[in-house]
Amino acid sequence: MPDHPSPPRPPLGRASLMLRLAAIGAVVGVVAGAFAYVNGTLDPQRLRPKTLVNALETNNGVHQGYRRNHAKGVCVAGYFESSPAARAYSSAQVFSEARTQVIGRFALPSGNPYAPDNSVPIRSLAVQFSQANGQQWRTGMNSMPVFPVGTPEAFYQMLKAGAPDPATGKPNPASMPAFFASHPEAAPFLAWVKTAKPSASYATETYNAINAFYLINATGQRQAVRWGVVPLSQDASGAITPEGADSLQADLIQRLKAGPLRWQLQITLANPSDLVDDASKAWVGAHTVLNAGTLVLESSQPQLDGDCRDINFDPLILPSGIEASNDPLLAARSAAYASSYLRRTGEVSQLHSAPQESRP
Amino acid sequence: MNAQPRFFAPLARLLHWLMALMVIAMLFIGAGMVASVSERHEWLLHLHKPLGIAILLLVIVRLGVRFSTRQPPLPVDLPAWQVMAAKASHVLLYGLMLILPLLGWAMISAAGDPVMLSSALQLPGWVPANAQLFAVLRKAHGYLAYLLFLTVLLHLAAALFHGWVRRDGVLQSMLGKD
Repeated sequence: MPDHPSPPRPPLGRASLMLRLAAIGAVVGVVAGAFAYVNGTLDPQRLRPKTLVNALETNNGVHQGYRRNHAKGVCVAGYFESSPAARAYSSAQVFSEARTQVIGRFALPSGNPYAPDNSVPIRSLAVQFSQANGQQWRTGMNSMPVFPVGTPEAFYQMLKAGAPDPATGKPNPASMPAFFASHPEAAPFLAWVKTAKPSASYATETYNAINAFYLINATGQRQAVRWGVVPLSQDASGAITPEGADSLQADLIQRLKAGPLRWQLQITLANPSDLVDDASKAWVGAHTVLNAGTLVLESSQPQLDGDCRDINFDPLILPSGIEASNDPLLAARSAAYASSYLRRTGEVSQLHSAPQESRP
Repeated sequence: MNAQPRFFAPLARLLHWLMALMVIAMLFIGAGMVASVSERHEWLLHLHKPLGIAILLLVIVRLGVRFSTRQPPLPVDLPAWQVMAAKASHVLLYGLMLILPLLGWAMISAAGDPVMLSSALQLPGWVPANAQLFAVLRKAHGYLAYLLFLTVLLHLAAALFHGWVRRDGVLQSMLGKD
């Protein structure tokens, strides 16, 4: 005998039973439907991380194990020596400790890991500062001062404008001019492109974080900033990127053999009139610039097995004392990098076993 | 022989409903954040990590409560396959509530990322940084979260079936009143 009998239950009529089963189905259906909306299944128009990474793969091809953008690069390592200048603005340990270890990566902003080094006029430097307290600061910087567009939606449209035409295998030459014609926010970037001269070496380039962030000090005050690193080495006059598929890497290795390479970490404080949340806008006019310290790079490693390979240079991995702005590109970069990182980490075993792809 | 309880212990009921809310919120937060490139991605991620650790701590408390209190028995006339399904789905629910936060924590460690629960609160990594390990853990985290969602749906449907169709006191045993 059970300890307590089931409550008396008059049998359900057929209609009542059907109604109750339907109600259960409806409750479960609503929850499942809400979930399918949230995960994007019922919202196919939404820009998702994988939409951006798929677009990069469409434009560049899939190179197993490599980053889906900035695929060709070289690992570097060294340290950051802080100056007192940023301490009043940020409580991050990287500014209070004398030295912080860094791992970095120089790269070309292309999805092709075999792109010749002189084929792209932009260079990038990503840096991971590993603070003694375990927190990290990761930043991905580029040689241009502004981003062409200010939103992930516009960036996606730009990728689509650069997509190969299935008929020819090459982008339609009219697409990119048409994109820029309909995106006037790209004017500062296009103006920079016209006058920019790519440096002859990774070592002589300035790299800008482009997106804005906030420095937070010990009393909680917030200061909007943009940062970048300015090289202490200069190109010889008239120097250009040497010919050769790997000339920038070879040059870097050569220079590091002769001694460490240095950059000044410059932090530009926003003026009240500056747009903080739009990376396509330059901050013009006079600004206070802090010299926050010196980035010293001492050694390099090939990226295939180097320490930088498995780092996702997610710009939102920040230490206490530095916070993201509301720039929508930051969240989009973080989300898309995570998607690219998952794809390539699942493929690392193929970096060595796969036959070398033919070079262009 | 002691009379069998008709209801779950009050603490067990409290934990059940609190965690029901947290787990469902967590599943929606997770599904939403990986499908978004907007600012939503960032603030959902900042909710996801501390909420996951809270669930991990609560499920440990809950397992203790489960094994130290008496559970109301299932109705004697419940078909054997439904008894089996009930037991198996509860093992699955407990297992997934325990494993998913651990997998999330492990995958961040395997990526070599600092495991930050807030801008200053950091947990130690507990697996070595390894790209291939990250990929396996990250995929497992996603697939098992979908399995948890399906198990939660099944649990919800079964609870309503007990309450609305069988009317056998099983739903009431967790509601705490007739």
